Amino acid sequence: MAHTNNVITALFNDDDILMKSIKPLREKGYKIREVYTPFPVHGLDHALGLDRTRMAITAFIYGLIGLSVAISLTYYIMIIDWPQNIGGKPSMTWWENMPAFVPILFEMTVFFAAHLLVWTYFVRNGMYPGRAAMNPDPRTTDDMFMMEIEYSGDDEELRQLLKDNGAVEINVVANDEDHAVNEASEAH
Amino acid sequence: MHYESSVREPLITGDKSYHDITVDVAKPIETNAPRSWWIALTISLIAFLWGVGCILYTIGTGIGTWGLNRTVNWAWDITNFVWWVGIGHAGTLISAVLLLFRQKWRMSINRSAEAMTIFAVVQAALFPGIHMGRIWLAYFVFPIPNQFGSLWVNFNSPLLWDVFAISTYFSVSLVFWYVGLIPDFAMLRDRAIRPVQKHIYSILSFGWGGKAKHWQRFEEVSLVLAGLATPLVLSVHTIVSMDFATSVIPGWHTTIFPPYFVAGAIFSGFAMVQTLLIVMRKMFKMEDYITIQHIEMMNIIIMVTGSIVGIAYITELFIAWYSGVEYEQYAFLNRATGPYWWAYWSMMTCNVFSPQFMWFKRLRTSILFTFIISIVVNIGMWFERFVIIVTSLHRDYLPSSWTMFSPTFVDIGIFIGTIGFFFVLFLLYARSFPVIAQAELKTILKSSGENYKKHHSDSHGAH
Repeated sequence: MAHTNNVITALFNDDDILMKSIKPLREKGYKIREVYTPFPVHGLDHALGLDRTRMAITAFIYGLIGLSVAISLTYYIMIIDWPQNIGGKPSMTWWENMPAFVPILFEMTVFFAAHLLVWTYFVRNGMYPGRAAMNPDPRTTDDMFMMEIEYSGDDEELRQLLKDNGAVEINVVANDEDHAVNEASEAH
Repeated sequence: MHYESSVREPLITGDKSYHDITVDVAKPIETNAPRSWWIALTISLIAFLWGVGCILYTIGTGIGTWGLNRTVNWAWDITNFVWWVGIGHAGTLISAVLLLFRQKWRMSINRSAEAMTIFAVVQAALFPGIHMGRIWLAYFVFPIPNQFGSLWVNFNSPLLWDVFAISTYFSVSLVFWYVGLIPDFAMLRDRAIRPVQKHIYSILSFGWGGKAKHWQRFEEVSLVLAGLATPLVLSVHTIVSMDFATSVIPGWHTTIFPPYFVAGAIFSGFAMVQTLLIVMRKMFKMEDYITIQHIEMMNIIIMVTGSIVGIAYITELFIAWYSGVEYEQYAFLNRATGPYWWAYWSMMTCNVFSPQFMWFKRLRTSILFTFIISIVVNIGMWFERFVIIVTSLHRDYLPSSWTMFSPTFVDIGIFIGTIGFFFVLFLLYARSFPVIAQAELKTILKSSGENYKKHHSDSHGAH
């Protein structure tokens, strides 16, 4: 494609119609740049061919980090730096004292896994307090579903395809962004 | 893909569309508060301010303003602490455990239940803080390098485990709640007309736009957080129970404590969810989302956990007798027949007897009855902690130091203050936050919405 930054946006008012329209578009070779939905539409990531997210793997690694921190902390404080004999239970080796540290080991594992996971999620999504809304159309957090499709050359074929697949509103985002052509059309 | 058996009752009643859900969830925020909200807020604020006064008096004068004495050195403070932490447990149970079990009915109650968790843990954390006496030294509980001569925390102590458990629980619940809130804040941002409101929700929503990849991550993050929060919530009350169970006080030194405390926590937490949601659904007209079915489900959980608590009480009694330990036997005999018999039998009536009414469908689907039982259960659970703590302490090994505990106005004032503070937070939340996880709820509209279900079964009947 020569001019890949030609973009058409199509609005749908139903998640099932949206899902059904993805396959014909991808079969024709159109690149769906983004889909904005008001709620997680089941199977949408699969239909768009998105890779599996690695969020869970990161959480596992963060959990291991938390566990290591807890082991180091208890080892340094209770065994190395200031070993005490509390209630006739001397702090000789970490291993012998380990049962008493299980709650700490567990809590630190969860603490690190959960918090670092959420930080990763924000960073990967590019989300931070005060960031401008990422959805171009405010209706997509209510009941509308918006698709951004890249095309090159003539847009007639794409428009027809979207109309046939139930899009309720089709807009062209022109190359220079301040010149947007708006054309609303009823599908049925 | 949107089908669900027609035998199942709809979870969303009325003729709702996606847009209707948006409008209904945004309504309490976009419209003026009902008069009842202002009345409730005023009462709560007065109680809260009274509590603040009592806390300041405690900090300024000392713990001597409380009714504690040398024998009963733990009483209302720790009772209230355990009570509030326990109440918090239901929120996590609904949002995490029911998510793992794929219980769709959690969706319209999880947001408020988790708000309740966070607000309840705030109240709980107050008590150990002010019981330290010198609250400005509260940072001593964290393992911070210091210049006091290697003065470290003691990782063998259950009280320190508690610090780690409660702070992990509070902070993890908060981020779990917030991750779920972001798409709903974005919905409010995109609807807001007034600039100030738009600006606030814009900051809160972190720029959320509902991109496909973001939703994919959202779902996995929610699932992983639920998986982490599930053992976490069980660990919290387990560790709280170890504050008692690892000591050598008769009546505390029992291995049954962890599961018994966890069951009690879920029991009282669900009762508090009922109390709050029955009022909220009426005040903000959420009856289509929080249906009788939701109330019934929660009543069943109250019945099951109440029965587990009952079995735990009876097991404790049996083991006290069976152990042959004189002190243990006396501790339990003293609970039931000693000077605090009234507290023990209030606990038994409220916690073991009253939830058994929920076996009857007519009673567990009655809103008024549920509301009354929810209050009764929370009174009972407060008495449970009081019984465990005070009756085990007040007659120790040395009869010459046997004594009674009576709270001062400060003890009572702080407790009432936390109830006020809790309701202040919840009432403010109910008017500024989306009280129902609307984005999640929209995913089940087509499978569990009344109109869609009806439509589906009609079209099936025609074939």
